[in-house]
Amino acid sequence: MKKFILDLTVVDNVRLNYQYVLLKLTHSEKLPPVLPGQFAEVRVDGSPETFLRRPISINFIDTLRNELWLLIQVVGAGTRQLASLRQGDMLNMIFPLGNTFTVPAVKNAKIALIGGGVGVAPLLMYGEWLYRKGFECNFMIGARSREDLLQLDEFSKYGHVFTTTEDGTHGEKGYITQHSLLNTPDFDYIFTCGPTPMMKAVSRYAQENGIFCEASLENTMACGIGSCLCCVTDTTEGNLCVCTEGPIFNVTKLKWQI
Amino acid sequence: MADLTTQLGRVQLKNPVMTASGTFGYGTEFLDFMDLSRIGGIIVKGTTLRERQGNPYPRMAETPSGMLNAVGLQNKGTQYFIEHIYPDIKDYDTSIFVNVSGSSIEEYVEIAEKINELDKIPGIELNISCPNVKEGGMAFGVSCPLASEVVKAVRKVYHKELMVKLSPNVTDVAEIARAVEYEGADSVSLINTLLGMAVNAKTRKPVLSTITGGLSGPAVKPIALRMVWQVANAVKIPVVGLGGIMNANDAIEFMLVGASAVQIGTASFIDPAISVKIVEGINAYLDENGFVSAREIVGAMEV
Repeated sequence: MKKFILDLTVVDNVRLNYQYVLLKLTHSEKLPPVLPGQFAEVRVDGSPETFLRRPISINFIDTLRNELWLLIQVVGAGTRQLASLRQGDMLNMIFPLGNTFTVPAVKNAKIALIGGGVGVAPLLMYGEWLYRKGFECNFMIGARSREDLLQLDEFSKYGHVFTTTEDGTHGEKGYITQHSLLNTPDFDYIFTCGPTPMMKAVSRYAQENGIFCEASLENTMACGIGSCLCCVTDTTEGNLCVCTEGPIFNVTKLKWQI
Repeated sequence: MADLTTQLGRVQLKNPVMTASGTFGYGTEFLDFMDLSRIGGIIVKGTTLRERQGNPYPRMAETPSGMLNAVGLQNKGTQYFIEHIYPDIKDYDTSIFVNVSGSSIEEYVEIAEKINELDKIPGIELNISCPNVKEGGMAFGVSCPLASEVVKAVRKVYHKELMVKLSPNVTDVAEIARAVEYEGADSVSLINTLLGMAVNAKTRKPVLSTITGGLSGPAVKPIALRMVWQVANAVKIPVVGLGGIMNANDAIEFMLVGASAVQIGTASFIDPAISVKIVEGINAYLDENGFVSAREIVGAMEV
């Protein structure tokens, strides 16, 4: 897929809660095609502390409005600056980068998309894609507390939503991997993105039950296009770049599982 | 339009802008962003005799105005390069150099012999300065006798442009430059990364899996500039300057202190098309200041 360096314009900056914002961006021309699970390398301009681009999952493409959404968790200087962008500001991005999720082989496949924290970002776009193709999705989203659950209204447009919170303020109490829906391991496909301990637990569950499972990794990156070799993950094929061979990997290939 | 051609020892480049090893892959990664025929040369990823997996993740830490890396020469080895990568890149309309790294003199020699057979590779960059591998690499570049020995041995078997990449992690870089010039190097390039480290105060652990790594980016530019100036004053062979070049003005500064050509490294991570923009910027500078050739500004700093 051809990659582009484009200046997108901020249409809206929606503050979702104390730690997360949703940036909606547009372009004067039609946005290039993007596949679910792909990401962008975003230029955070200015200070010496934000020297490198930031790899950020593409959360959603609104084709009708020609909008691209980025879900931003404010964790450091770069994301803080991104979260402070206002309507009309420009953001320089290289995209689309990375691979996409595997499309389930059969229409009646039982699919779970399991996410946590900012890791829900690519699952929304993939969920919408699957919904459009006629698949039925189960979104399983875990968070610390109710206010950490993101975009539930969006997810509910494209499938069933199940939640867990560690403090029990929304959905079942506990981790998402403890959700009762997983008591019957009859899923055919699991796609996961979120904190590494969560993805490891999901991977273990999938492998124990012989379920096809892909995880989207978020290693620190410099270039995003496979030239610096900084973002590697250890796999059965050796060190592979998360930016070009991933970010989505079949968990049986990853050396971190179990 | 000024004359941008640059003579680098035995090779003529169409302009003085090359891309630095380890920051530009094999050029193919950049085809969506720029026309490779617009730049003077590409120095492909460090190549070792056998395949190397490199160091474990994490290999990178962002630092103020720069970054540390500890990739550790991950590559598929010389034979794989010759059979699978060379055929794809040999017809690029630019000068392609292979960065060569070994863990012994015999290895350097063996790789150089093999690369010497490749018609479309006009030169090698002998990497005696990688700070991220346990044996070899930088060990050769921080000692005058070892640097001499490896260059002497490679010179015997390699008959094209032999550029030697120098380490800044030395007391007197000019001394090493003179030593490799004496043994037959056609040109020298500097600086490779500066040895540095990063610590996470929250976890009280090093950020990199290797604890130390190589610092690059604009943070190192003043040091690189000083070392290029020192070396340009110490040797007669062409000097290729690199270290934190982010734009045409930076590149021009390196040329003014004596670099015949420059390499663009970390900047390509931020703007994959930057090397072409730097060619354009150098051209504009020459035109605006009434120079007819890029060669006129090499060493033209007035003290």
